Amino acid sequence: MLPLARRALSGLGVVLGVVTLMFALIRLAPGDPALLLVGPAATAEQLEAQRHALGLDRPVAAQYAAWLGRFARGDWGTSIATGRPVRTMLGAAWPATVELVGLSLVLSYLIGIAVGVVQAARGGRLDTALSIASVTLFALPGYWLGLMLVMVFTYRFRLLPAFGATGLDADFLSPAARAADRLRHLALPLATLTLVGIGGTARFVRGAMLDVAGAPYVTVARSKGLSPARVTLRHVLRNALIPVVTLLGLSLPALFSGAVFIEAIFAWPGVGRVLVEGVQARDYPVVMAATAVSAVLVVLGNLLAEALVSWVDPRAR
Amino acid sequence: MRGEARRLLDDRRARAGAALLALAVLAALLAPLLAGDPIAQHDIVATRFLPPLARDLQGSLHLLGTDRFGRDVWARLVYGARVSLGVGALATVLSVAIGMAVGAAAGYWRGWVGVTLLGVTDFALALPRVVLLLLLASLWQPSAGLTIVVLGLTGWMTIARLVHAEVRALSARPFVESATGLGARDLRILLHHILPNALTPVIVAAALGLGNAILLEAGLSFLGLGVQPPTPSWGNLIASGRDTLVNAPWVATAPGVALVLVVVAATLLGDAVRDRLEPGG
Repeated sequence: MLPLARRALSGLGVVLGVVTLMFALIRLAPGDPALLLVGPAATAEQLEAQRHALGLDRPVAAQYAAWLGRFARGDWGTSIATGRPVRTMLGAAWPATVELVGLSLVLSYLIGIAVGVVQAARGGRLDTALSIASVTLFALPGYWLGLMLVMVFTYRFRLLPAFGATGLDADFLSPAARAADRLRHLALPLATLTLVGIGGTARFVRGAMLDVAGAPYVTVARSKGLSPARVTLRHVLRNALIPVVTLLGLSLPALFSGAVFIEAIFAWPGVGRVLVEGVQARDYPVVMAATAVSAVLVVLGNLLAEALVSWVDPRAR
Repeated sequence: MRGEARRLLDDRRARAGAALLALAVLAALLAPLLAGDPIAQHDIVATRFLPPLARDLQGSLHLLGTDRFGRDVWARLVYGARVSLGVGALATVLSVAIGMAVGAAAGYWRGWVGVTLLGVTDFALALPRVVLLLLLASLWQPSAGLTIVVLGLTGWMTIARLVHAEVRALSARPFVESATGLGARDLRILLHHILPNALTPVIVAAALGLGNAILLEAGLSFLGLGVQPPTPSWGNLIASGRDTLVNAPWVATAPGVALVLVVVAATLLGDAVRDRLEPGG
């Protein structure tokens, strides 16, 4: 359990680093930091209050301490664009992001691992074909793939909705119909994010499988007369999974990055969409808080991955 | 080096990747010869939303059709290649430079310098890159120059990690010891003896990083935070095609296909170089 505690501590360090970085950036950026945070429409009193909260007349160290304190208390200000408390906006947004990213992670790893195993085990033409497919998926920009899927499934075949997480009538539906409605809305963003993820995972799994396949214990397993399927699944895959699960934690930031675009395209009501809309509206309190929440989500995801590694690989305990 | 390149081209992936990249770079360089004016709008009503291979009233051919302002999509694609490939390449150069400097310093001076630099690297590696990009792009005025700097500043970490590992391993080798024994200074040892031997993983990571940088430039421009229209970049071309997905799907499709081809090419080339230079690795 000790390594996990150490990871938790370094995760806390990452979040602290992000909040510090934002403190530095907002001072480096052109313009009055207080004005950036309250917006151009603010009254003189609001601006003065923000100046006081930032302590612009006090030493930098005191300003920094005040900034950290406000962040830790969850006092993230109000949105310039909507006037709503930033904390409420993000509180409503993060479960949607976790739903989208979590499901996509599970699906892209299951499918990607299956594809990589087939490639490594079969070789030949099938391997080449799947390699080309996975490098193409890997290269696809999610925002473009999303548009193409919308073009086909929403505009041409009129099968799936391309906007939001619920239909307009969702509140009036029965629980079952509401769940189906949610799934239909989830389909395209989830498919987009998952397809892009499968490419990277399959490429990595194939490599890891081939690395392990040369190990002496695999030769031993084969020469014992074990069936090829058993060798592949019990001996090669089992060990190839260790770097794959490690990669899972490392790929979280990238997956989250992808989700930002996908949420923006499909108007999925998550942290990424809040962030993008905040950036486009120059709504700094929202941008700052969404960045911090993203960092927290990635750090928590990393801890989960770490726990998973120690479960797959007893040596890492 | 030349023999190395020839042997590399025995690899089908390397041939395909190099050919595709060369084509894209050539198209970008020769843009004025290959296409008309990317911004010119003649008679908007008559020439807008022409499908691929259509001719307008003046009789000029539009290979990939026109957009809603009657601008030639092929011309915008080729001129967009200049911006997208240029921004991607410069950003990659910047991140390779930063990554090598940080990685080499951290690998060579292992005291507090190394610990600090590695800490910063791990910190930056743990953040979603797009979130950082958006944060930076929102605080400063978006432009091609800012996009290069921002991509460069958020893309150096992998290279720093690789160079760090390589430099650490190389510092313990006898030829470095003998250089020290001959009285060579730190910087000279680093630049002349260690770094040239640590280039292999850098080349691979740079190829993959190039693909990534091009994708991210397009992503930022797609969100309106990168290269600003009317300057065409593949990202803002996709964005402009987003609104006309129903009646002119080719506007968004063409730049996306170009983007995928270039990133596939960079990835294939990177894969091939890795397999050739690190057999079994």
